[in-house]
Amino acid sequence: MHRHIISVLLENEAGALSRVAGLFSARGYNIEAMTVAPTHEASVSRMTILTQGSEEIMEQVLKQLNKLVEVIRVNDLSEGPHIERELMLIKVHAVGSDREEVKRLADIFRGRIIDVTDRSYTIELTGTGEKLDAFLHALDPGMVIEVVRSGASAISRGAKSI
Amino acid sequence: MSAPNQTRERTRSSTETEELTGAEIVVRALRDEGVETVFGYPGGAVLYIYDELDKQDAIQHVLVRHEQAAVHAADAYSRSTGKIGVALVTSGPGATNAVTGIATAYMDSIPLVVITGQVPVALIGNDAFQEVDTVGITRPCTKHNFLVRDVNELAQTIKTAFYLAASGRPGPVLIDIPKDVTAKRCRYEYPEKVQLRSYKPTVKGHSGQLRKALQLIAAAERPLFYTGGGVILSDSADELTQLVRRCDAPITNTLMGLGGYPASDRQFLGMLGMHGTYEANMAVQHCDVLVALGARFDDRVTGNLSHFAPHAKIIHVDVDPASISKNVKVDVPVVGDLRSVLREMNELAEEMGIGGGSLERWWAQIEEWRQRDCLHYTQTDTIIKPQYVVQKLFELTVGNAIVTSDVGQHQMWAAQFYGFDRPRRWINSGGLGTMGFGLPAAMGAQMAEPQSTVVCVTGEGSIQMNIQELSTCRQYKLPIKVACLNNGYLGMVRQWQEFFYEERYASSYMEALPDFVKLAEAYGHIGLRAEKPADVEPVIREALRLKDRMVFMDFLVDRTENVYPMVPAGAALSDMILV
Repeated sequence: MHRHIISVLLENEAGALSRVAGLFSARGYNIEAMTVAPTHEASVSRMTILTQGSEEIMEQVLKQLNKLVEVIRVNDLSEGPHIERELMLIKVHAVGSDREEVKRLADIFRGRIIDVTDRSYTIELTGTGEKLDAFLHALDPGMVIEVVRSGASAISRGAKSI
Repeated sequence: MSAPNQTRERTRSSTETEELTGAEIVVRALRDEGVETVFGYPGGAVLYIYDELDKQDAIQHVLVRHEQAAVHAADAYSRSTGKIGVALVTSGPGATNAVTGIATAYMDSIPLVVITGQVPVALIGNDAFQEVDTVGITRPCTKHNFLVRDVNELAQTIKTAFYLAASGRPGPVLIDIPKDVTAKRCRYEYPEKVQLRSYKPTVKGHSGQLRKALQLIAAAERPLFYTGGGVILSDSADELTQLVRRCDAPITNTLMGLGGYPASDRQFLGMLGMHGTYEANMAVQHCDVLVALGARFDDRVTGNLSHFAPHAKIIHVDVDPASISKNVKVDVPVVGDLRSVLREMNELAEEMGIGGGSLERWWAQIEEWRQRDCLHYTQTDTIIKPQYVVQKLFELTVGNAIVTSDVGQHQMWAAQFYGFDRPRRWINSGGLGTMGFGLPAAMGAQMAEPQSTVVCVTGEGSIQMNIQELSTCRQYKLPIKVACLNNGYLGMVRQWQEFFYEERYASSYMEALPDFVKLAEAYGHIGLRAEKPADVEPVIREALRLKDRMVFMDFLVDRTENVYPMVPAGAALSDMILV
């Protein structure tokens, strides 16, 4: 079982997303995260799927995705060098001495405080999933009010497109 | 309401600009696709389309009695002709009733275009009367589907649907059309071709791989061809026969592949799999090269995967890359259209001088397995054996009938005892296993081939799942011959209960059966009954003599006969239960 990041280019049409999601649930493939948005070409969406599976299953995942009529291209980014980023917005209790502490921690992780009240901070943090996990672990769990994560986006290294 | 005025005005302007309504576009597009027959059932959302259908003669509409039957009939129309089948149903329950038919076609890769009505665009999502999310429901059981929200997209969508249905790995494509779209107008221009950047099925096989495959076949001591529905779908039976004869190798067919190679030929070992012949299954387990063509290693074919063809290098040709190495790891994969691939293989085989090898030892082994006579049964003069009925049907129709079947024991006996020498004569629901398929399928085949003898081999369980279609058969004077192997049990369920559930026959006994002879008569057909072996031949002869009438033959057969051989689910192919 390995972690795979799959990039899917597909027609930006109603129903295309649910075709992909339906394929994963119907065939029992695992989805850890999925993001989708239009690309620089308005008619094309790009989806990043974070999944796990044996080599045989991954071969099927790629083939079955390719088989969908609206799918233009499929690529397993984890097969080569790539960059992965995820955005996390996190709202924490911040009163008294905690305010300084949280700010320091955010700085260490190169996070930014983007909203402030007298009782809370909202922090924006970008990085690999691992880094975001590490930040969450570094916080006292009692401080966390709310977390939202975007799921991974990824792109291959080098000058070529997928 | 000022509707009449508006209509008049619109009609006038339409003749000036040659605009058509959505409904007119549907009918024109079907004609432009060369569609001659549409199977369907009307309802509110498709009334504009029905109105247009009624104004023309080029397309015949066949009114079924249930939407499931419309799709099965269109499906069998396609299976018997190779053309794309077309079904038309209304929104809501019309669409949901069609789902079983669509899923049946999807599992067997049958090219269909199914048109469903939908509530007007403005009402979609409002839980309107007879509204259902048809594209949502059918997404997993269609090759692709469309909801047409704009009349301007209608013609292009229909063109694309027909293209998708038949190209690559074929399958059903659904077009959901809201009622208001069928009333709106736009200019009609039927596109000549379809360009999809996201869909480009591979046709030609990789020549290097084909050479490699042929070298493996030529070097094999115990080669075996294993071919499936892909041979039928790609119309490559002749090309296949040529290659297999040249190699002098044995061949076995899947349930879906029967007729892809002449059953009467010496090299044919019969069907393989759960109810395959002893010789076919043993050959799979002992071959050293297995050539899988247009087959998908279904669990009913392979038995226990880890014991399947343990000594074989496997060559797999399929138009669908996702079918390759899905269940079984393949040594030589080839993606391509089977007809194109087989033509190239025949040319290459000629060029490479393949053929005339010595497979005497392999054939001697196979003949030994054949001696086991695994399909043997004894017909006494008291109880009709179901196998005997199929065998007599085969003899008296000289193997020329189109045979449809439902699902269960009768289906297996039809597959085992009716030898199909030609493709597109054997029509059954192999993948989904849909009871109720047989009679509507016979209607579709008979509509496609009015001159052919069409026999529906069925059971008293299955036939009742679409019995209402006897009425359709009457309306269109379809001279179908129904051969009901009536044992009073859901026979295959009963067989499994006998073998694997310690003879506890939970809900497999059919009480309160109708008198099928009278039932047939009530629908205006002829009913005949055979109660003892001596009745079988006269009943079939009489049914065949009544060329222009539908005849329902009710054969009261041995109630506890089982289908042999049988590979229990999950066992290796060589672990067969034999007679």
